[in-house]
Amino acid sequence: MVDIPYEGIAGTPPAEVPDVELYHPRSWWTRYVFSQDAKVIAIQYSLTASAIGLVALVLSWLMRLQLGFPGTFSFIDANQYLQFITMHGMIMVIYLLTALFLGGFGNYLIPLMVGARDMVFPYVNMLSYWVYLLAVLVLASTFFVPGGPTGAGWTLYPPQAILSGTPGQDWGIILMMSSLILFIIGFTMGGLNYVVTVLQARTRGMTLMRLPLTVWGIFTATVMALLAFPALFVASVMLLLDRLLGTSFFMPSLVEMGQQSKYGGGSPLLFQHLFWFFGHPEVYIVALPAFGIVSDLISTHARKNIFGYRMMVWAIVAIGALSFVVWAHHMYVSGMFPQFGYFFATTTLIIAIPTAIKVYNWVLTLWRGDIHLRVPMLFALGFIITFVNGGLTGLFLGNVVVDVPLSDTMFVVAHFHMVMGVAPIMVVLGAIYHWYPKVTGRMYNDALGKFHFWVTFLGAYLIFFPMHYLGLLGVPRRYFELGDTSFIPSSAHSLNAFISVVALTVGFSQMVFLFNLAWSLFKGEASGGNPWRATTLEWQTPETPPGHGNWGKELPVVYRWAYDYSVPGAEEDFIPQNQPPRGTHVVQGAAS
Amino acid sequence: MAVALILLLVAIGSVLFHIYSPWWWTPIATNWAYIDHTINITFWITGFVFVAVIAFMAYCVFRFHHKEGRRADYNPENKKLEWWLSVGTGIGVAAMLAPGLVVWHQFVTVPADATEVEVMGQQWQWSFRLPGKDGRLGTSDVRNIASDNPMGLNRDDPHAQDDVVIENGDLHLQLGKPVKVLLRSVDVLHDFYVPEFRAKMDMVPGMVTYFWITPIRTGTFDVLCAELCGAAHYQMRAKVIIDEEREYHAWLEQQKTFAELSPANTVVKARFQSGGK
Repeated sequence: MVDIPYEGIAGTPPAEVPDVELYHPRSWWTRYVFSQDAKVIAIQYSLTASAIGLVALVLSWLMRLQLGFPGTFSFIDANQYLQFITMHGMIMVIYLLTALFLGGFGNYLIPLMVGARDMVFPYVNMLSYWVYLLAVLVLASTFFVPGGPTGAGWTLYPPQAILSGTPGQDWGIILMMSSLILFIIGFTMGGLNYVVTVLQARTRGMTLMRLPLTVWGIFTATVMALLAFPALFVASVMLLLDRLLGTSFFMPSLVEMGQQSKYGGGSPLLFQHLFWFFGHPEVYIVALPAFGIVSDLISTHARKNIFGYRMMVWAIVAIGALSFVVWAHHMYVSGMFPQFGYFFATTTLIIAIPTAIKVYNWVLTLWRGDIHLRVPMLFALGFIITFVNGGLTGLFLGNVVVDVPLSDTMFVVAHFHMVMGVAPIMVVLGAIYHWYPKVTGRMYNDALGKFHFWVTFLGAYLIFFPMHYLGLLGVPRRYFELGDTSFIPSSAHSLNAFISVVALTVGFSQMVFLFNLAWSLFKGEASGGNPWRATTLEWQTPETPPGHGNWGKELPVVYRWAYDYSVPGAEEDFIPQNQPPRGTHVVQGAAS
Repeated sequence: MAVALILLLVAIGSVLFHIYSPWWWTPIATNWAYIDHTINITFWITGFVFVAVIAFMAYCVFRFHHKEGRRADYNPENKKLEWWLSVGTGIGVAAMLAPGLVVWHQFVTVPADATEVEVMGQQWQWSFRLPGKDGRLGTSDVRNIASDNPMGLNRDDPHAQDDVVIENGDLHLQLGKPVKVLLRSVDVLHDFYVPEFRAKMDMVPGMVTYFWITPIRTGTFDVLCAELCGAAHYQMRAKVIIDEEREYHAWLEQQKTFAELSPANTVVKARFQSGGK
């Protein structure tokens, strides 16, 4: 008899968990609403994030209508335009992407992928969602309060954010800060869960270096978020005090609309440092889960192990660490100490190296693979293109002196949409198609999925690639109208109109996606438990969709890494992580 | 293989767009062509990587897409290859960073012979100030701002009296003369942005920021605000005119000094306090 590896390592959970520990729901309410099951919480997070994300999508249409056809739509004025861009940005970055990757995918996948029954603190996990929902409702309420939502830009820079020249100075900014504070409280409750679950609740045999990269990405991003969000928390509290109590953390002596203000002694730059100390890691908080997930999509659908797994793990960790020392590259033209430029340009460009390694390893995984061009794989390919494009333009903006002419132009808008808008959304969409059969037990409609991919990918590329050139020309961002400006030719206005038409098309094509998800829920073919013939544990559950507790009576035991695809000599082209090596004699329930 | 072809076309189309697009940077008007060169270096390096990665990916999709009976290789890692790719990337990054840092050094090192000009931002207009005959700008403070002193100059400072103050007018600069542009705001963040200058910098209340340029061609240029400053951000405009020496001085002669713009009694008081001048 061959020994089962890693059996009996201290700290591994017992194979069987007594019923009482699982907090089984006792009623409809505790099953579907106040549920403590991470999978239900994941779906609640995902639906809420998608709902508020749709609001942000509609806002982007309104912005594009104004930019593409200035003066045509009388129902959009300059104040509303600023409110639209602010809410669009804040919702997309924090309330959609962060919540979806960590609260949605994190909750669903972490316990399943590490072989746990649930998150380690289910009650706190449930609270996390409800506080998040409250944060979303507070944010959404700003559309209905006097003065409307804040129009300070998603960066909320003081003094402007809390002075009367900015829309939403009354209620909007106060509720925005309150909502952010709530979001961070809710996230912290969820985030501690994800970290502790990965560290403490992995099943027998699941060493850290056997974790799927999805878990590595979400885990590292969560650790980063736990360290980065406090900076935003502090900034939000201080700005709220400046606004409500008349303190001057960020407010120097200034004149407000011709009148001497009561403020004095504060520093606007301090806010920017705090904001970006959070804000730059935030980019990677969104990117790292995408990196992890896309690695697994590529490996599964190319039937090949991810190339250079160890390097991929270290690259994730290195990017996570480095991303805490690059924040001031958002502030090259802020008026900060000029010598900072050398340091932050250097650290920023160094990040390109581990990031490039990840890209190389994704495409090298395709080399001599057996590439199934299913919808999730198509989205993964779309991710690589948009991410490479957006990552490379980051080398322009990170290189301090190159940033000087390009900052605050449409080049920046195009860059960050490509790299942290389109690219992660490609992964989100690919991942939804990929795990849809596991979550629902049914297959999506393939033709609709492919249509959705091509319109979204090509459309998004047509929106954001030419936009860089508007920025190169010098077209500034956050402009309600370009007006009569000598250096902007009329062809630039035509390009803006073109971009707007494509943006509306791509936006509406998302309805096809939503229809596909809804329709397939009832009419989709039964998918079976492991339609992609994948190796990771979530595909090996006894039930599909997995029941509460995930694993039936016994936890799975892990014998191998997550990427045993096309192993020479094996009968099938995949070997699940919980399949014992040949010749191993497994005694059922031996470890309990 | 349609998918591979489309992926390849995305790369080729991007390059063609880059070459034939009518949208490119404005003709430069200052000494910062170095910045344009650095951008060009960056375009070459990143463009090469972009095309190489996507072409490789498209080839893989074309060559290794699923067919009946195909089986993937088993190839967990290749240390040597990963090492070489990392080193190559490092060299590429250094090739962009090094010239960038050299130019940044020039950008933050103001030449000693640069004359000072002040730009002040407020919601939503620009004001300008030039040193008078004494060649020095007087001190200023936000707390001094009043309807008869919109730039908040210090009435007790003799250097301020002869400063040329331009309210709601255009700024003129002299061709070929290095100028340090001092930037100040009295309310919120602004950013003095002239695309043809390449240089820009935020204006922060409570601080004085700066950049420097040497104008290299005459002309009239639009000034925009590049840092969101509230509802009328997009309407915060002015013009900068770069003149030959003779035209510049002719223009300068017509401008009013702070003392000339001030009510008579305050000027007398200042002269008295500073010992007369």
